[in-house]
Amino acid sequence: MFEIILIMAIAVALAYPLGRYMTGVFSGQAHFSDRLFNPIEKVIYRCIGINPGVSMTWKSYGVAFLLSNLVLGIIAFLILKFQHVLPMNPDGIGPLSWDLALHTAVSFLTNTNQQHYSGQAQLSYLSQGTLIVTLQFVTPAMGLAVCVAMLRGMVGGRDEKFAKDGQERDLGNYYVDVVRGLTRVFIPLAAVVALILASQGVPSTFKGAQNVETLDSQSEVTEQTIPVGPVASMVAIKQLGTNGGGWYGPNSSNPLENPTPVSNAVETIALVLIPMGVVFLAGGMVRRKKFGVMSFVVMAVFSVSFIGLTVYSELQPNAAFNELAAEGSNWEGKETRFGPELSALWGTLTTQTSNGSVNAMHDSFNPVGGLMTRSGMLINGIWGGIGSGFVNFVIYVWIAVFLSGLMIGRTPELFGKKVETREITLLGSLIVLPTIVLLGFTAITVALPALTGNSNPGFHAISQVFYEYTSAFANNGSGFEGLGDDTVWWNISCVIVLILGRYLPLIIPLAIAGMMAKKRTIPTSKASLSVESVTFGVTLVAVILILNFLSFLPAAVIGPIGEALQLASLGVEG
Amino acid sequence: MTTQAKTLSSTAVKGALVDALKKMAPRYMAKNPVMFVVLIGTVICIATTGIKIASGLSFGFELITSLILFVTLWFANFAESVAEARGRGQAASLRATKQALVAFKKEGSEFVKTEATDLRKNDVVRVQQDEYIPADGEIIEGVATVNESAVTGESAAVLREANTDHSGVIGGTKLLTGEVLIKVSDDPGNSFLDKMIGLVEGAERKKTPNEIALTVLLAALTAVFLIVVMTLPALASFVDVELNYIMLIALLVCLIPTTIGGLLPAIGIAGMNRALTSNIIAKSGKAVEVAGDIDILLLDKTGTITYGDRQATDFIPAQGVSKDELIQAAYLASVDDPTPEGKSIVKLAKQNKGLDESYPEGAEFIPFSPTTRLSGLKISNDEFFVKGSGDAIHTFEEEKGVSWPNNLNAEIGKVAKQGATPLIVADQDRILGVIALSDVIKPGVAERFARLRKLGVKTVMVTGDNHVTAGAIAAEAGVDDFIAEAKPEDKLSLIREEQAKGHLVAMVGDGTNDAPALAQADVGLAMNSGTQAAKEAGNMVDLDSDPTKLLQVVEVGKQLLITRGAMTTFSLANDVAKYFAIIPAVFASALPLMSTLDIMNLGSPQSAVISALIFNALIIPALVPLALRGVKLKSNSAEKILRNNMLIFGLGGIVLPFIAIKLIDLVVSLFI
Repeated sequence: MFEIILIMAIAVALAYPLGRYMTGVFSGQAHFSDRLFNPIEKVIYRCIGINPGVSMTWKSYGVAFLLSNLVLGIIAFLILKFQHVLPMNPDGIGPLSWDLALHTAVSFLTNTNQQHYSGQAQLSYLSQGTLIVTLQFVTPAMGLAVCVAMLRGMVGGRDEKFAKDGQERDLGNYYVDVVRGLTRVFIPLAAVVALILASQGVPSTFKGAQNVETLDSQSEVTEQTIPVGPVASMVAIKQLGTNGGGWYGPNSSNPLENPTPVSNAVETIALVLIPMGVVFLAGGMVRRKKFGVMSFVVMAVFSVSFIGLTVYSELQPNAAFNELAAEGSNWEGKETRFGPELSALWGTLTTQTSNGSVNAMHDSFNPVGGLMTRSGMLINGIWGGIGSGFVNFVIYVWIAVFLSGLMIGRTPELFGKKVETREITLLGSLIVLPTIVLLGFTAITVALPALTGNSNPGFHAISQVFYEYTSAFANNGSGFEGLGDDTVWWNISCVIVLILGRYLPLIIPLAIAGMMAKKRTIPTSKASLSVESVTFGVTLVAVILILNFLSFLPAAVIGPIGEALQLASLGVEG
Repeated sequence: MTTQAKTLSSTAVKGALVDALKKMAPRYMAKNPVMFVVLIGTVICIATTGIKIASGLSFGFELITSLILFVTLWFANFAESVAEARGRGQAASLRATKQALVAFKKEGSEFVKTEATDLRKNDVVRVQQDEYIPADGEIIEGVATVNESAVTGESAAVLREANTDHSGVIGGTKLLTGEVLIKVSDDPGNSFLDKMIGLVEGAERKKTPNEIALTVLLAALTAVFLIVVMTLPALASFVDVELNYIMLIALLVCLIPTTIGGLLPAIGIAGMNRALTSNIIAKSGKAVEVAGDIDILLLDKTGTITYGDRQATDFIPAQGVSKDELIQAAYLASVDDPTPEGKSIVKLAKQNKGLDESYPEGAEFIPFSPTTRLSGLKISNDEFFVKGSGDAIHTFEEEKGVSWPNNLNAEIGKVAKQGATPLIVADQDRILGVIALSDVIKPGVAERFARLRKLGVKTVMVTGDNHVTAGAIAAEAGVDDFIAEAKPEDKLSLIREEQAKGHLVAMVGDGTNDAPALAQADVGLAMNSGTQAAKEAGNMVDLDSDPTKLLQVVEVGKQLLITRGAMTTFSLANDVAKYFAIIPAVFASALPLMSTLDIMNLGSPQSAVISALIFNALIIPALVPLALRGVKLKSNSAEKILRNNMLIFGLGGIVLPFIAIKLIDLVVSLFI
């Protein structure tokens, strides 16, 4: 318990200054980091042919975001499909099938890192060490850029002071935002974390796999091949960039990815560090620190209660083993090095942050723990993915603003910008989107048993399928596992879900912010809604809870809730 | 009129029930996506019942479900019909006075007797003493006193005069004295009243912007629940559970926001009705909706904040003169004066007990003349009393060698600083003192401005007075700001300026020179007594011509939105309990272990579903009175209002259905 509190306290203590620092980086004023980074960035701008002085409207910003993703996606697909003929393949690994290559490319492009392949065995060093690591750096920076642009739009754009009502506003330059995020946030942070991890014994080399003799010469296996590589740097950005795709298939439960208690603590902190920092960044960008604090508290309320419930749940024995010899916690699928508490902490945070790396098998969590990890992904705005998490959170804020605005008798507005029919229509589409995608694909998949490839029957199978799509939609990437998921159906359906879950929830809020930016700003008066108040915070919590509860309760009932009841009844019957 | 509005006769209810049945037509229902889904569910249930009856299977559950769904639809339509009926009732009571009136229409130099209903816009009619004014219009010639009690309920007669800011007359009111020529302002069926009636009637009613936004949100939620319910059978079949689709329809209907969906049109119509109850005719629903957002109110000083005529408020004697002496002199100087100012001096003087009211014999009135600029009473050639402005008296008495008292200039300055006009009283050999004439602020104005301030509305007074006078009146009336020495066109530029800063501005006015400002303002409230131009320019007309009426308009606007928000929250919060009632019931037969979720411990799966449906249907008529009345604005602080509404409609919305469904289930279980 002490470790959990310590880890969370360090994370918050680091996130606040990070948020302040990022505000400086993105707010466009002269910043102390300029002296070091400006010359480097100038070279980068020249290399990729960007004029950093160009400002973009929400439309051009959105187009730049989508185009850059398309180009990266095509490159990624080609590298994965042709890795066997490309260099940096000392172990002679073959090509991926077209559907697996597509799924892998899209999965990393969408900052999801859902893996239907097994890392060390199916990817060459070029694919893993260069392509995937590049995507792991670039995609969170892209998400952050869209978030920053949306925040600028929410307060009228960078040219709010000079622009006329109804004129498209300047939301920044997409390429500059991505480059700045990379040079000033992700690369320096990842370097620090990689060094710490390497000091703990995480491999960091370009040598091929190591062949070693096993210690126990009596056993049948006398020789073992241990794949190594530039693991530490990948793990660092995997954790920091809400990526989640590790070097090894078992991810951070593998001792080479996560060898010591220190590495586990550092990796856990790295999970939430930037997503937490973004909340403070948001407060700074909209020039209302209290709004940042309110958002932080609302997220913390969810985060802490989910962690508490999951930890409690994992400290209970598996209910199916009731009255058997097994007493104590649920140890199934957990590393004995970490135990239930730290596994539960990681499991909750990794699903809240849309990271998806694991240090235990979520498939083996008790039902309440499984429900919590799932809820974290469904809400997708408690810390959330870098940039995308706060964008999702703002969607809830807008809906809460609409309802509470009505309830105080004003036409709803946030930061003086009215939420009207056009915005509500777009928000409405975002309310419907997760339900139609998640429940729709889950229903199709379970209705055609040939598609599922489950390892379990009954409720647990529904949970697995739903979890897989939820993880894809939330751009999380963690797996409930136990699913034979490298099939054409799984690969293609997940590609669709990944794309819908990444691009619509980023582009639509960007569009809403862009539309709102153009509107006349209404000055605040005594009668205005204060989004910084406790009452609004409570309303927001209620809106987040009710929306998700109403959308996903029935699916939960024939998933984890049914399972929990079933396990409980099995236990009683002995 | 207000009393008629509050109660609804049983015949009206019957009418509304019939009307509600007519509204079941799919063409009409399609306007409301939430209720349209219910309609489709109802049709499926009725068809299933029919098939079961035809094939001889048991059909009790299906029949009851069909009936409840049908009643749900009926109730929802009933809410709208009741609101419409009330609106029509109110408007008709206003319109009824106009029927069967006779007009004398000007044709050349003749006046021809015609039916009032045949009058067209710009026709000129003559109205004489004791006749009824045949149509809304503007006096173009003459002066008249009019009794407008038939429309406004105010029995005191009002003065209406051509070429002033009080030239507007309402059809159906009675001319008491005078003879006037009136220019008719509208074609039949096009008056403000007719427009207002259109706003409360379903067929012509346009949804307001916020209502459209909310409808979209409700449609999105309905879509979510449609998906939830439609995917459920596939998930259930994987665990070998076959779901009863009647139960699924029941689940769907309970989940989609039928409460707010059913009440939404009624809330909008009721908002318009409430405006009408306050004798305000709004030309669009949007104007009423916007009123809740107003944060700046611009008003004219004269006629709005003050009565507009100066009245005596104080007597200040000069050095060496007693107050009684001054009052006696002021009385005599004014006793024959027919002007309102003179009358007010007499009235104030009479309050002094020592006053000698006897009229001096042989006295002669000295009327006001442009050359002397003073008036008074001449008793004899060397005995007289005069009153006038400082310099007029100064010139007059200086000729006679009367000295100017020492303290007088200081007293004159003091009076002016208080926003009053000083009037000097003198007799043949002395300057006696000062009468303060003030523009009297209407009673209750300050309180209403204070209330507006609490609602977040800043009041700005516009006047042609100098800064000193304007400042004094502004302080007394409790306005937040004032613009002194303003020209009429300043109003328009001020509104534009404030709007550019993002403020929503309301303007109250009656004069023709107010028309541009009324048109520019977000809410332009024109006084019914005002000119036709003003009434055309504004988007609301106040029949009572009471400028502080804006307070009611703001409250009606706020209530309208609050009621929508509160009912939406309530509707969504209700779903929690409905889930706990229906989900266990849906799975009960196949997965007995789901009964653990039945925390209300309901009688049977069927009774659970029926109870939830009954609650869902009954809550609509139960909330109709609240929808029509509007949620009360109990507090002024935005946060408090939000907290209260979240507690009552959010928390209450979660708790109430648990209790209600359990109670209904106890009754239903007796029969199933």
